[in-house]
Amino acid sequence: MSAHVDAAHVTRRFGDFTAVDDVGLQVEAGEVVGLLGANGAGKTTLIKMVLGLLRPTAGRVQLFGQPPGLEQRRRIGYVPQNLGLYTDLSVDENLAFRAEVFGCAQVGAGDLPGGRHVGDLPLGLQRRAAFAAALQHRPELLVLDEPTSGVSPLSRSELWDLIRSEADRGAGVLVSTHYMDEAVQADRLVVMARGRVVATGSEADVVGERRTLVVEAAHWEGAFAAVDGAGLRPLLAGRTIRVPGGEDDLPTLRQVLADAGVEAAVRTAPATLEETLVELSR
Amino acid sequence: MTWGATDLTVRYGDRVALDGVTVTARPGTVHAVIGGDGAGKSTLLRVLAGLGMAHEGSVRLPPQERIGYVPSHGGVVGDLTVDENVAFVAASYRLRGWQGRATTLLERAGLAEFRNRLARQLSGGQRRKLAGSLALLPEPHLLVLDEVTTGVDPVSRMELWRIIAGAAANGTAVIAATTYLDEAERAGWVDLLHGGRQLASGTPQEIVDGIPGTVSDEAAPQDRATAWRHGRRWHQWHPDGDASAGGPHRPSLEDAAIVRELLANGSAA
Repeated sequence: MSAHVDAAHVTRRFGDFTAVDDVGLQVEAGEVVGLLGANGAGKTTLIKMVLGLLRPTAGRVQLFGQPPGLEQRRRIGYVPQNLGLYTDLSVDENLAFRAEVFGCAQVGAGDLPGGRHVGDLPLGLQRRAAFAAALQHRPELLVLDEPTSGVSPLSRSELWDLIRSEADRGAGVLVSTHYMDEAVQADRLVVMARGRVVATGSEADVVGERRTLVVEAAHWEGAFAAVDGAGLRPLLAGRTIRVPGGEDDLPTLRQVLADAGVEAAVRTAPATLEETLVELSR
Repeated sequence: MTWGATDLTVRYGDRVALDGVTVTARPGTVHAVIGGDGAGKSTLLRVLAGLGMAHEGSVRLPPQERIGYVPSHGGVVGDLTVDENVAFVAASYRLRGWQGRATTLLERAGLAEFRNRLARQLSGGQRRKLAGSLALLPEPHLLVLDEVTTGVDPVSRMELWRIIAGAAANGTAVIAATTYLDEAERAGWVDLLHGGRQLASGTPQEIVDGIPGTVSDEAAPQDRATAWRHGRRWHQWHPDGDASAGGPHRPSLEDAAIVRELLANGSAA
């Protein structure tokens, strides 16, 4: 059986600008794929090509084994970041409208307050209503943009429960996100930068052997100012300072601290997914 | 001198937006306020920004001209250029000799080459960095940031945190609302709000250590009411601290926040 999404050697140019450059992307049934990358990395252009809303300049995209078209798009459930609900309609009315569009039976609102205006609900419930609307036609592929942004940790876990249930039922899920806590929920990550795929696999695969420099000083303030002043892009974590780089960069960092008269212990530690993503994006 | 609020209660009509919340913002510390929508984060920050919200409880704030505030939306004037935004803030605060500081702030924010660009033509991340830089122009003693990194891509987000930490290194007390728990995990102090109530307060480690019972990593949940997904696996909370088949798991701040929310909802004895 072919993958739900199968994009191979896809390129998209806008004039002289290459937004997506020789990219491959597969989403299999039952799999949650996380698509990561900074703004301008090409994620949105790639998704538009997967959905058939934009034609590749070169390469091939297949949805459910066919070129993407209306029939294939019918099998997709899409939840955009702004949720795509009518906020001045009730949950029930939104569900009825969407069922009409897809020509499917309307599902009940379940434990959602069906009679209430979407705009009056807390964001967590709005997000669940958006899922309910997008899932009515039993889509085989879910495309989600930051699906749990802005809600409480418990609401987020409930939304992931819903997403996982869809994957367990056999749907493929493509999640585009800037949010690391969301990225680590995926089975497989695809990291884009400058239009290309620069890393794939699990969180451990993406981070690989990448290290970060860690500075510990009695007075973190002085150490931070020194490292920042030298343009080394420090990140504060509690009272320790994390600096992009590895073993080879230790002498430079020690010199910067010494020049500033800052006493500090310096070592390396495994990079986080976010640090890796930022370095891959540079 | 610390800033903050003690036993702060704010009502909007019949609704209690904040219910007896106590926060302390210390100079040189980045203080994160976490929680979902409706938690009360923005209300708390509006009080701390000195916006004259009606409240009960006591509030200690620096003089208004020493408070920098970035609201959850905006913080810049879209129809003004970057330079005009800076000049506008300088005039509003009646600053003197601010030009050098403005140049430094814009350079640090990577905005030096966009000084003549209209703010609305900047990217979302650049606009948030400009808003942060504007808030820092008057050298605030207290910097209040409402979800300044929400929707911002990881590269710009790191740059924003570098700017924010730089202010803290100079002795500014920073209080920042965020829904990103990886950011909160890097803060010096965290307050967890939920439905206007303060569910936890401490360093990230203290909040993780402070949850009752244990959390285990499991292939399948033992009790759905106290379990949540983590990728294909589950995290299971054991309120009474029993060991489990999956073995103990070192909880994250997110796990701790979920446990606190379950406790607040009365989902466990």
